[in-house]
Amino acid sequence: MSFINLKDKVVQVKIVYYGPGRCGKTTNLEYINRKFREQIQSEMVSLKTHGDRTLFFDFLPFHMGQIKGYDIKIQLYTVPGQVKYNATRKLVLKGVDGIVFVADAMEKQREKNIRSLNQLHENLQSYKESIFDIPLVMQYNKVDLKEHGIPVLPISVLQQDLNSRLQVPYFEASAITGFNVAATLKKIISSTVVSIQKKLL
Amino acid sequence: MNYGIVSQEQLEQIEEILLQKLIKIGVDCAIIIDMAGNIITIKDTGKSKYDIYSFAALAAGNFATVDAMAKLVGETEFSLLFHKGQDSSIHFSKIDDELLLISMFGKDISLGFLRLNVVEAIEQIQKVWEKQD
Repeated sequence: MSFINLKDKVVQVKIVYYGPGRCGKTTNLEYINRKFREQIQSEMVSLKTHGDRTLFFDFLPFHMGQIKGYDIKIQLYTVPGQVKYNATRKLVLKGVDGIVFVADAMEKQREKNIRSLNQLHENLQSYKESIFDIPLVMQYNKVDLKEHGIPVLPISVLQQDLNSRLQVPYFEASAITGFNVAATLKKIISSTVVSIQKKLL
Repeated sequence: MNYGIVSQEQLEQIEEILLQKLIKIGVDCAIIIDMAGNIITIKDTGKSKYDIYSFAALAAGNFATVDAMAKLVGETEFSLLFHKGQDSSIHFSKIDDELLLISMFGKDISLGFLRLNVVEAIEQIQKVWEKQD
């Protein structure tokens, strides 16, 4: 649920990066935090374990400028990817407006991507939201590993596994180098803002 | 209700309640957030400088965690939370299923007095908020 303040003319939009453990959700936010420093007024908040794994969420508020006189404040969140943290994943999804599903393109992660996407579907259902209706963008991360000789799934396979029914926009990306991180963010922001406009009109 | 929209009039009424019931008794900062971590409104003395957007996200997460813990021990909810610090403390209280009132205050004000005022403020805010539906 985005929140719209008519008095101060502010719209707050919640976008969540979702995906299996170690797929690069936090790395996406870290790159955005470095790259768009001037649009971010505060520090990125990360609740993580000693081993640098996300425990609860990462949070990055992002200022996007104005649409029709309304200040758009984008709140970026990640979920913890580890299987055992589904309860906290569900909490972070509360009130979500748009989702980036970060899939790990490494061949050995194939099954984990599918399992994580299925769980996203179930978690959204528990909030009476549908994965087919909510603004969603797919990001196939770690494509740069191909150059290092690590087996990476072809896009056609990832599309078949994850996006054959959803048919949402997708990007090949490398969060660590920043390749297509901004493109993914731009796409999810525009889909989400359009969807909010539609619901309000 | 899928989207949270509050009218200017409602916000002004709510801000007035926060001012009269909390800021005037010595609370440094009163914030209303929703459970998704969005800020509904904030009223402060002008002295404090917090990063309120991060604060709201963490507060919503904190409250949601405690709510989940309540269910694990067979309670329907823990409707209030209190964090005590050396110089400043934070009091969280549920307004309804969607809203949370957070008060930050220093050493000059007693917890009991604050709680009495929080209860009254919440009753008044609920009345204003109900008009929305």
